Amino acid sequence: MHNPQLNANGELSHLLSIEGLPRDVIVHILDTASSFLKVSARDVKKVPLLRGKSVFNVFFENSTRTRTTFEIAAKRLSADVINLDVTRSSTAKGETLLDTVDNLVAMHADMFVVRHAASGAPYLLASHLRRIGRDDVHVVNAGDGRHAHPTQGLLDMYTIRHYKKDFSNLVVAIVGDILHSRVARSDIKALTTLGAAEVRAIGPETLLPTEIKKMGVRVCHDMADGLRDCDVVIMLRLQNERMNGTLLPSAREYFHCYGLTQEKLRLARPDAIVMHPGPMNRGVEIDSDVADGPQAVILPQVTFGIAVRMAVMGILAGN
Amino acid sequence: MTTNPMPAIELPDAEIQCAQLAELIRPELRPDTLLVGIHSGGVWVARRLQRLLDLDTEIGLIDVSFYRDDYRAKGLHARVKPSSIPFDVEERPLILVDDVLYTGRTTRAAINELFDYGRPASIQLAVLVDRGHRQLPICANYCPWKVVLDPSQELVLSTDADDRLTWSLAEHA
Amino acid sequence: MNSDNLHIRNARLIDPSSDLDQTLDLYLADGRIAAIGTAPAGFAAARVVDASGLIACPGLVDLSTRLGGIEPELNAAVAGGVTSVACPPDTKPPLDEPGLVERLVRRSERLGLARVYPIGALTQQLAGEKLAEMNSLARAGCIAFSQAKHPIVDTLLLLRAMQYAATFGYAVRLRPQDQFLARDGVAHDGEVASRLGLSGVPTAAETVAIATALQLAQATGVRLHLSRLSSAAGIALIRAAKQAGMPVSCDVSIHHLHLSEMDIGYFDSNARFDPPLRSASDRDALRLAARDGVASICSDHTPVDADGKQLPFGEALPGATALELLLPLTLQWAAQSRLPLPSALARITCDPAAVLGIDAGSLRVGAPADICLFDPSEPWRILPETLRSQGKNTPFLGYELSGRVRMTVVGGRIVFQV
Repeated sequence: MHNPQLNANGELSHLLSIEGLPRDVIVHILDTASSFLKVSARDVKKVPLLRGKSVFNVFFENSTRTRTTFEIAAKRLSADVINLDVTRSSTAKGETLLDTVDNLVAMHADMFVVRHAASGAPYLLASHLRRIGRDDVHVVNAGDGRHAHPTQGLLDMYTIRHYKKDFSNLVVAIVGDILHSRVARSDIKALTTLGAAEVRAIGPETLLPTEIKKMGVRVCHDMADGLRDCDVVIMLRLQNERMNGTLLPSAREYFHCYGLTQEKLRLARPDAIVMHPGPMNRGVEIDSDVADGPQAVILPQVTFGIAVRMAVMGILAGN
Repeated sequence: MTTNPMPAIELPDAEIQCAQLAELIRPELRPDTLLVGIHSGGVWVARRLQRLLDLDTEIGLIDVSFYRDDYRAKGLHARVKPSSIPFDVEERPLILVDDVLYTGRTTRAAINELFDYGRPASIQLAVLVDRGHRQLPICANYCPWKVVLDPSQELVLSTDADDRLTWSLAEHA
Repeated sequence: MNSDNLHIRNARLIDPSSDLDQTLDLYLADGRIAAIGTAPAGFAAARVVDASGLIACPGLVDLSTRLGGIEPELNAAVAGGVTSVACPPDTKPPLDEPGLVERLVRRSERLGLARVYPIGALTQQLAGEKLAEMNSLARAGCIAFSQAKHPIVDTLLLLRAMQYAATFGYAVRLRPQDQFLARDGVAHDGEVASRLGLSGVPTAAETVAIATALQLAQATGVRLHLSRLSSAAGIALIRAAKQAGMPVSCDVSIHHLHLSEMDIGYFDSNARFDPPLRSASDRDALRLAARDGVASICSDHTPVDADGKQLPFGEALPGATALELLLPLTLQWAAQSRLPLPSALARITCDPAAVLGIDAGSLRVGAPADICLFDPSEPWRILPETLRSQGKNTPFLGYELSGRVRMTVVGGRIVFQV
């Protein structure tokens, strides 16, 4: 099957998903990110790599936070960044997507950073660019529906590698609403590609995708069982609309069963790190003591996220 | 790319050249002079100069990948080594060290990057060899060896098993 | 050129309804099959067609064809050798008014291409709330009643609808899909949907609805046809019901015989179907059901314009153009399943004709002269420009298939010829 992320030379042309990324491409992105991390620590936090290029942030779903990290990353590469907050009208859904893209291509866009509520939307965009013969325009998926959030997956891998060096002996637990989580899907794929020893998915059946075991994870319904001796705990955000009684009885019961507290964290290895893609729901999926505690690496994740996004854009724009 | 013995040029001993380069620099050296090696050949040369010149300060390392002007053609493929300038460059005299001076584009990129760390008092350029064919108005302040090579040829500095610097000549098809 | 006498010479005649598979001459007169083998007395051919190397079979009968534009789609039908099509009632507006049905029948008759058999709405506006005027609709030309893809949620009303249809002996056709279990679903609830983050339609959405429909059909004695089965578990329920002697029939779409959830690939909206493409083992069970004659094969022809497919997978409209692919894809399935050609052709000729209760799908002397004449080995590439249908979307775009229709005859008239 044609891999839509690669160009005719087999180089990364779009970043749409972790799925389909060879291990050495992931490692190359992480290595490049570590160089960019130094750039962000300098007095002049900018390199001229994308000077004169136009990066369009096209967000069909609001997320000031993610959009900002992409904007900072692009600006540190000296690109011109244009933010479009495209609110979806109920009538003209997908037309808006491709019409918007055609318009932006006509404005000489070099790269699209796309967030969309529909799984697969960035693939539609990439295949459209291919069809109109504009393979030189790159697409970065900034989150599509429940499918993928590849830069978050990569920055999570960067964070884990930073603290744990090697993946081969790691036990990683991903806790919470995996069914609706694009972060979880990207993390699981990245971890299995990088050879983590064990990936555990912890949550109630109503929040686990069908046949999740085929993704290469071990399912745990019990936090005590799932957290035991693990090296990394990735907590997922629980959206408010999941707590309306159809998937979960209440936030209180969820926190009791699956919220991360210091007490539960003690079951993990003493040097375990706690991650969260943000924004956190304190007291719903994570206790403040843990979120602000010594094992949390949630803020470093944000710092690493800029460098990883710089690396992705830098690599794509050069291919 | 194959190693080709064809052009009958004598390749000098690079370690001896490092010593010669150090002697060229020594008279001009100021107490606050800092060395910055360009990844990767320039870093090897800079480390040797640091030892030969008995410098106490650390040397800076620079990888110009993010500043190259051929990024559009070549992309970001090779492993990029992080640049590391472990000192304040503000108002200090710097000597940029590279192995080969050719088109001058690498030097240009390195100077640009250095200015993103601050405003040095001066920047001088030290290289082991100037092989001609400049494309920018750049010249070395210190250079023990000048030779004119064909653009199809590439001078490659590498370290051997004994960690000695050696030159080789590669021929491009 | 009217129904002039036609002499088709030297074709391999395959008629599953009469176990005929022999190279013979075929004589058509007065819109009917006049004779096979030797010319009837006094037969004067207005036209002789040399069909050496070709197969002549009954014109194909399709259990579900959405027409969109009537003329281009009926042209597509005859180009695909399809001479009878049953149209589901979810037209705009739905077929719940005798006047609408009469108009559709009249328009299609005027075109003189494939024969159109409307399926009437079981409930008014297909809303599942009030029974439609089934008797009036039947008199206007409806041959069965269905809800298309709009299920009747109120099971008491479903029972009443079946009772009322049974009163007059009308067949009821249902798409078995529980609307709550299928809510928001766009792909089979399995490995691929989980990986791609698509909302799933569980297999239980089908089995729950089948179980309900079978129970109510048994209670009412209605003649029930279940459309577009997609799962192995669903097929198992039908097999059991048939074994118990229930008058139930079912069909599978030609797409579901060939494709599975894996064909979604990277969100290919051409692989978006309703019901969704399920797992490879489900597909294998459907192939077996078609092979055993438990299920007929239908095209589920649904022309979707480009705008309806140029959307993210979950937002794209389900369905594909299929009338012109029905024959070659059936031939391909037969070859892959090592199924003799007559058995395979039965699934798209006499079997669906029996389901619809229409006089079609047969080469018996006296039957309507609806003929599909095709070259079984001629290869052709499926490209938008080779399709007559206004729908250009199919997961088989770019495929090379063998089996190309050379001539289609409806009521003794040549309506398509290359």
